[in-house]
Amino acid sequence: MTKRRQRLLAVAALVVGVGVAAALGFTAFRKNMMYFYTPSDLVAGGVPEGASLQLGGLVVQGSLVRAEGLKIEFKVADCEKNVPVRYEGVLPDLFREGQGVVADGHLGPDKVFVATRILAKHDENYMPPQVAESLKGNPESGKHSCMPFKAVAAS
Amino acid sequence: MWTWFHRLASPPTFYRFAERLAPWLLAIAVVLIGIGVWRGLFVAPTDYQQGDSFRIIYVHVPAAALSLSIYTAMAVAGAIALIWRMKLAEVAVVSAAPIGATFTALALVTGMLWGKPTWGAYWVWDARLTSELVLLFLYLGVIGLQQAYSDPRTAARACAWLALVGVVNVPIVHYSVTWWNSLHQGSTILSAEGIAKPKIAGEMLGPLLMTLFGSYLFFGAIWLRRMQNEVLVREKRAKWVRQIALQASPADLLDVAPRAGSNP
Repeated sequence: MTKRRQRLLAVAALVVGVGVAAALGFTAFRKNMMYFYTPSDLVAGGVPEGASLQLGGLVVQGSLVRAEGLKIEFKVADCEKNVPVRYEGVLPDLFREGQGVVADGHLGPDKVFVATRILAKHDENYMPPQVAESLKGNPESGKHSCMPFKAVAAS
Repeated sequence: MWTWFHRLASPPTFYRFAERLAPWLLAIAVVLIGIGVWRGLFVAPTDYQQGDSFRIIYVHVPAAALSLSIYTAMAVAGAIALIWRMKLAEVAVVSAAPIGATFTALALVTGMLWGKPTWGAYWVWDARLTSELVLLFLYLGVIGLQQAYSDPRTAARACAWLALVGVVNVPIVHYSVTWWNSLHQGSTILSAEGIAKPKIAGEMLGPLLMTLFGSYLFFGAIWLRRMQNEVLVREKRAKWVRQIALQASPADLLDVAPRAGSNP
């Protein structure tokens, strides 16, 4: 084996080794890499009451109720389940029904998620307003996808 | 082809090759970025959701793409430097790191400025933002490691090893939005569905591709120039460097030449 071949093997072994280590580590700690839980996770009961966490999903169409002041209530859903959310405070400009959101807060004893901060999670589609308007006739296109909200406990 | 490759690896040939190529890359880059920014900021329509704030995409996406591409290029150059002991590849590694760090910082800053009006926060610790920050630290690590050695060849090889260890982070940054839940949205262009059917309107995509390719060419020009400088420093005692210095400024050299000669 020539010197050059040895060095080639050393470089290949390093890159493959680090790659495998990272793959194993991130598979084992997949849960910790998740920025938020989904409504499915909360409904399944895998999350302790009162624990501080993030909840992500789409604001359910027609679920938004505005109370006095800045108080609001709405439901957040992933592809399967939904969870009621209560919040009082400033909302991001992009917040609306059908929009993706990520809420900081905790699950109350009445199974309502009490949010302390709400962030908007927009998707990767960009288009002029006229195009968005013309898509409205078709219920399937132009709607925000529930796909980016992956259940933490799924695997 | 291989003889051409070997010839190019010799410092004087590379120097002259870069001298001819870099101005062209820079000129085309300036034109592309100029037209792209103008069309992106003034001609492209507003976004249906984000309004005008989406326009920061014309800086953010090229910066983020470059931050990953430069690291990959640096790791490939590092592998060549380590396996074939090619000096020019060592030069390529150490010359790329500061440019990559700059683009990474630019991607992070423009991302934060974009995040505040759209998400409602400058920063969150989701997988995409965190792994991109780790990428910045990897670049800074390479720069720091290079400064830590006095011998440029030892320094470059240490940098090459670090570049190879850190390259595992490149796919992590790219796929972070697919593998895990994140606040950052998925890829608009570089995803299977995105390539099949663009997720961005054509009149918005055009200028983006211009600033994107323009930025790649800009990086190419700056990389070549930095490599030229590094080669000159490393080869400062070589005859061909002295000849270039003579051609460059004969008047200055009259003053400098005796000192250069007396200082071996």
